[in-house]
Formats: sequence, structure tokens, C-alpha cells
Amino acid sequence: MVKIGVLALQGDVREHLDVLRVLGTEARMVTRPAHVAGLQGLILPGGESTTIGRLMVEYEVDQAIIAAAREGLGILGTCAGLILLADNIVGSQQPRLGLLPVRVRRNAYGRQVDSFETKIDVPVLGPPPVRAVFIRAPLVEQVSDRVDVLAQHGGHPVLIQKGKILGCSFHPELTNDTRIHQYFVSLASSAMAPE
Amino acid sequence: MEDVNRGTWRLKKGLADMLKGGVIMDVTTPEQAKIAEEAGAVAVMALERVPADVRAQGGVARMADPAIVEQICVAVTIPVMGKVRLGHFAEAQVLAALGIDYIDESEVLTPADERYHIDKHTFAVPFVCGAKDLGEALRRIAEGAAMIRTKGEPGTGNIVEAIRHVRLVSEQIRQVRNSSDAELVVLTRDWGAPLELLREVRELGRLPVVNFAAGGVATPADASLLMQLGCDGIFVGSGVFKSSDPLARAKAIVRATTHYQDPQVLLEVSRNLGEAMRGLEMSTVAAPDRMQERGW
Repeated sequence: MVKIGVLALQGDVREHLDVLRVLGTEARMVTRPAHVAGLQGLILPGGESTTIGRLMVEYEVDQAIIAAAREGLGILGTCAGLILLADNIVGSQQPRLGLLPVRVRRNAYGRQVDSFETKIDVPVLGPPPVRAVFIRAPLVEQVSDRVDVLAQHGGHPVLIQKGKILGCSFHPELTNDTRIHQYFVSLASSAMAPE
Repeated sequence: MEDVNRGTWRLKKGLADMLKGGVIMDVTTPEQAKIAEEAGAVAVMALERVPADVRAQGGVARMADPAIVEQICVAVTIPVMGKVRLGHFAEAQVLAALGIDYIDESEVLTPADERYHIDKHTFAVPFVCGAKDLGEALRRIAEGAAMIRTKGEPGTGNIVEAIRHVRLVSEQIRQVRNSSDAELVVLTRDWGAPLELLREVRELGRLPVVNFAAGGVATPADASLLMQLGCDGIFVGSGVFKSSDPLARAKAIVRATTHYQDPQVLLEVSRNLGEAMRGLEMSTVAAPDRMQERGW
């Protein structure tokens, strides 16, 4: 059976675990390198990317994740998780995994009062559109041509994929729509070779 | 763009969800805010004076000068919170206009209204409020608070009151879970808690919003203790910048909050932190000086 981890250093870990439970997927919290072994997929939750990044480096959890990604670990990063996946964070030296060749700008949508929800079409999921919740979200400014854009909003990518790695600038875990997690779980358990 | 919603309950509550497992630190200058961010804080609370100084200096404690808050907003990329007086919705309007990420309607400041709290539903910006029991927490949520924190006794460096409040809320949640509909009605009378929210607590087995601990946190072990008692995260007020080595202590409290279930980490981070804030024994804090009694 497929086993999915949720990086549990800080952030909305419980919400992701709840979605995985609804999907009947075996789940595990990841706080140490040893916890990454035996996983098919790993979720990097929403939270504060600077906090999670610093904590991830301390016990070399980041190195374990990068090594596992090379071996085919599927990864879904939501909001802060997407920032941690990006190789280019505008104006910031903060720790990151750098697994997605994209340029993101933190807090580009503005402060909390500019946070918003809206409906977004995600063609790979089909109808109906997804209710997308953006909270102090990162803006994806540029993606390499090796990255597939699965959904856009206002001319910018908001859901992107490269091989078995998914980045999402909004929070699918805050709604009852489980389709993005479902898509991720089947991606993670697929035999697709790592890039 | 069609169908875009801002200031929704989900967005307010959602930002608090993103802070879970983290530490929010009181800061009074942009330099302190940068130290907090460097240490791994998930947010900072921008203030004019930390609670220990409010307590020591006395006088009327008000919202900070917006210029200080703005400087702090520019200095860091993490969310910035600010405190307003109980019931002072005009101070809240000022912070909202400035673009603050979260407002703390706080008993640390001198109350402005002795009967009514702010109607927080009327704001797009989310609010956090203090509570020392379940009834108080649910009244604040009914008024629109999207996040709750225990009150503890701010500025004392003494954890005993925060523990009392966390324990009481947990006991009361267990009681609600075992209560029939008729018993809940009695609890609405005894605790001053809205029936609908009591029902929601019974269903969830916890508060319907994120619940942090605050008031008297001074050491990494304090943070771990509160997390082990079920809190979602930690506010540190005077505990960091009233200690001898703020950066080291702030980092240690962040790591203790993340790895709260691992005594080995707690041991590692507790060594050689220098002096903690001196602190106050509760019997030396006279009843009228207890900030936790503010709030209705």
C-alpha cells in the first residue's frame, strides 16, 4: 500500500493528514531523515517557509528529501511548500530544497487582507473548478520549459508539475475537495521514473 | 476577475492554521524583529513595550505608534501582528488600514471598554484573543476571533497561570464531549458560552479555531510543556528580549516547540542559554495588577 509522509516541522500538518485519512492513504509525520525511508510521497505543508526551511536544515531532513526525490519520491508542496521546492526565491537566501526550476516571489499578492479565495479550472482534474484558497501566497513568476503548468490564475501558474513533483501556490488542504491530493497520491505511486 | 472573495472566515482561520507548531515573538524594534525571524519565529507581535515593561512602568498602555509597526512590517517577510486595547475598534481600524496581518485584542493593554469587545466580524483582518476558560474562548469566537490564545499572566516569566488556563480549557472540552443537549444548555448559562459553539466543540473534540499558549513562557521546557498539553503553538512575550541572549533563547524555544516530544532535543537546546528573564512569583502580583482578569 502507498505510504505518504507529511513534513511536520511547522504548519498545517493536521489538515493534510485529515485529507489523506479521507482518501484511505497510509500517512506518517516526518521530522527526521529516517522518517523519509519507505515513503512513496511526501507533502510539504503550508506554514512559514523561513521557519520550516531553517528547521529542515538542522537535522539534515533536507538532504534526505533531496536524495529520496532522486530515487523517485513524489512531492507535493502547498504554499510555503512550493517556496521550499523552488530553486529561485526572489531576494531571499532562505534554505530550500531547490527541486523545481521556477522563480517565486514571496508575499507578492500582498499582506493578509489581500489573501483571497476563488475558483480555478484545473484541466487534468476536469470539472468542476477547484476552490482555491490563497493565503499570503507566493507568486510563480517564471517556470523553466521542463515544468508543466496545470492551472493558472491572473496569467500566473498556480499549480505546476515536473515529473513526480507538484507545486501549488494555494491550499487544497483547506477545502473538502480532495482531487489534488488524489492526483498526487496516484502520481506518487506511479512507476514514472524520476527526472 | 470574477468571484474573488477576501476577508472570509476560511482565510482568517487559515492564516492561523499556517502558524501552527510555531512560535510568535513580541518585538519592539525592527532589529528585534529580524532576530526573531532569524531564530525561526512564524510571526512577530509588534509592540511599543513588552508586557514586563508595561507591568513595571504602569500608566495607560495603548496601541503602538503605527510608525514602529510599519518599520517592523518592512523589516521582515513573516506575518506581523499588533495589539489593540479591549473594545478599542478605532485602534483596530488604524492597524487594519496599515495592512497588519493579525490583530491581538489584548488584555496586556489597558482596556478601553469595560463591557464590549470588538465586533471582529466587521473586519477583513483576522483577530486573536486571550481566554482563560472555554466560555471566554467561545465568546471571543462568537465575536469573530479566528484564533485563541491562553492569557496566562503576561510579563511574569511564570508559566503557572498559562498552565492553569490550558488545563481548564482541556477539562471543560472533555466535559462538553460527554454532555447531552440538555446539559449543554446548562453550560451556556454557567459558562456564558453560545450553544452553537458548544455543539461544535462537542463534535470536534477541540476548539473550532487554532489555540496557542501565551503568558509567562521563558524557557524551551516551558514551550515543550505547553505543546505536550495540546496547544497548537506558542507566544513568547517578554521571555526572549528580557533574557541575556535573545537570539540563542529564541532559537532554542523554536526548536523545543517543533521537537516538543523529544527530550533529547530539549536537553540539547536547554544548555548554556544564559539567564532567563528574572520573573515574578504569583503571590507578589496583587489582584488588581493581574492582566488575566481583563476581558468580559
